[in-house]
Amino acid sequence: MGSLRVVTILLLLGSPAFAQSPTYGVGRTPTAEEIRRMDISISPTGEELPPGRGTAKEGALVFEQKACIACHGATGLGGMAPELQSKKGQDVPIWQRERILPLRSPFATTVWDYINRGMPAGNEGTLTANEVYSLTAYLLFLNKVIPEDEVLDKQSLPKVKMPIGDNYAKEHDWKPNTPRLEGYPY
Amino acid sequence: MDSKRTSRRELLKGGAALAGGVTLGELASSQAQAHDHPMTPGSQNASPMILGSKELVEYGQRSKYVTSVRIQHPPGGRPSPDLFGKVFHVASPLQDSVGVITPSSLHYVATTRGSYMPDIDPKLHTLTIHGLVDQPLTLTMDDLKRFPSVTRLHFIECAGNRHTPRQKTVQETHGMTSCAEWTGVLLSTLLKECGLKGSATWFVAEGAEEVKGASSMPIAKAMDDCIIAYGMNGEALRPQQGFPVRIIPPGFEGIFHTKYLRRIKVVDRYYMNYNDFGHLRPDPKELALSEQIGPKSVITYPSGGQQLPGRGFYEISGLAWSGGGAIRTVEVSTDGGKKWNLAELKGTPQRMAHVRFGYNWNWDGNETEILSRATDEIGQVQALREQIAQWWNVPVERNYRVPGLDNSVMPWKIAKDGSVTNGLA
Repeated sequence: MGSLRVVTILLLLGSPAFAQSPTYGVGRTPTAEEIRRMDISISPTGEELPPGRGTAKEGALVFEQKACIACHGATGLGGMAPELQSKKGQDVPIWQRERILPLRSPFATTVWDYINRGMPAGNEGTLTANEVYSLTAYLLFLNKVIPEDEVLDKQSLPKVKMPIGDNYAKEHDWKPNTPRLEGYPY
Repeated sequence: MDSKRTSRRELLKGGAALAGGVTLGELASSQAQAHDHPMTPGSQNASPMILGSKELVEYGQRSKYVTSVRIQHPPGGRPSPDLFGKVFHVASPLQDSVGVITPSSLHYVATTRGSYMPDIDPKLHTLTIHGLVDQPLTLTMDDLKRFPSVTRLHFIECAGNRHTPRQKTVQETHGMTSCAEWTGVLLSTLLKECGLKGSATWFVAEGAEEVKGASSMPIAKAMDDCIIAYGMNGEALRPQQGFPVRIIPPGFEGIFHTKYLRRIKVVDRYYMNYNDFGHLRPDPKELALSEQIGPKSVITYPSGGQQLPGRGFYEISGLAWSGGGAIRTVEVSTDGGKKWNLAELKGTPQRMAHVRFGYNWNWDGNETEILSRATDEIGQVQALREQIAQWWNVPVERNYRVPGLDNSVMPWKIAKDGSVTNGLA
């Protein structure tokens, strides 16, 4: 009896799951595999990225095969859906160029994440990891962010240097019951 | 009238009508006839009667004389739904609103990408909380309803709710805000149940619709007042509002109110989701203005497109709200902004909710301009466009674009003939 109690205490101490015990005990704990399948949020450092790879050349093919061209135009221009290729020169400051995700985004991971979760319209979530890497490479290439032969994968994608660099506002520290901008009366 | 009522009741009580072969239809028409001769002037509109139906009994509907409807936003924009069934922005008819609650049928609707509305079976829907928590949690809708609940009034406003000189009615200028009573579980309750890790600074809320819309929000907001809402105005959420569950981060721009909520990931950095990319700005000041909504108000009566029948008494009526807390005061000017008068607030203003205000006014029949401005409980004041432009040190032009969500004062012009038009025009 006494030894059993000691074992229980040791188990409680040893398990991080009991660090803070639930108050209500409602719901269930999802398995690691369930979470992995559901977790499509890709951080700027890319730790959630799946294995796979792709280049702009491969992406150009996928862009055609998956009928991206039907909405976005042959090279990301001239379709009904948002344009995906910048028409302004690289000498134009980034904030004066178009608001195109694979051009203005501070992170290439956001491009990967959005294609993966939201494209192609009507068949969202059906692209393979290789297809998403390829399409991301193609769109970055169209906007002259990476060369045509650059291989994008879990390691290289988060390291892509986007044209905006650090030239954008960082999120402020939100606090309750506080004006939205310090010193702004309105 | 008394005798008529008595006789009909006796007829029914005795079962004489049915026994005598009188059908229910005949009974109904005799009732209708009785109302053809109203005994009091006030009952004139009761004739003819509305006959009951299965639909009316089960889930009522408004009078056919009440025809106020939502319209697409902006006017002349893409129809909603379009040929492919995609739903775009639709604005609420504020010009006809009374009180503070927007009926669910008239609540404004916006989507992140003109999305199809998912048809979600609540029995199959789950919400998973994971990331920087001690123990991740998956909840069914039944599970969620077992937690202690809150019921609060909150407005939601779309960042696209901008008034411009070209718009005509208050539905066009301000219809992308609405206020409802939301019921659900505080996100803080659920995060405490999971056990929040010390490194948690942000969370990502993700929807189950086709594009899986997701936004990053500060964990401080999650622990302060976010509601995981399954109820709206006393019933389940409508599909257009995220059935079966959405997040309400009170006072934040509409896009943060993720619908069809399926996942909350607790993280240690801003995730720069596609929705977050939409908030990307060069200037940190402007970025700060595109999260929490500033103090704002608008006069809904009299407003653009309405017609005053003549000089005399009117209660000027409108709505005020702020993402910073409850509204403290609303002032109304009836002389183009020279003199500001304290308006009456109808009921106790709630935090991050519409409050109705009223101001008693005798119109002398002369041309004038009426305006309102709100001050919230943390001292933020709604400003004129001129004041905002001055703060930013830019010239005020006719099409001046207020940084962040446009919370500038809205003027309505009243002509000698009683017609009301957009004062920015």
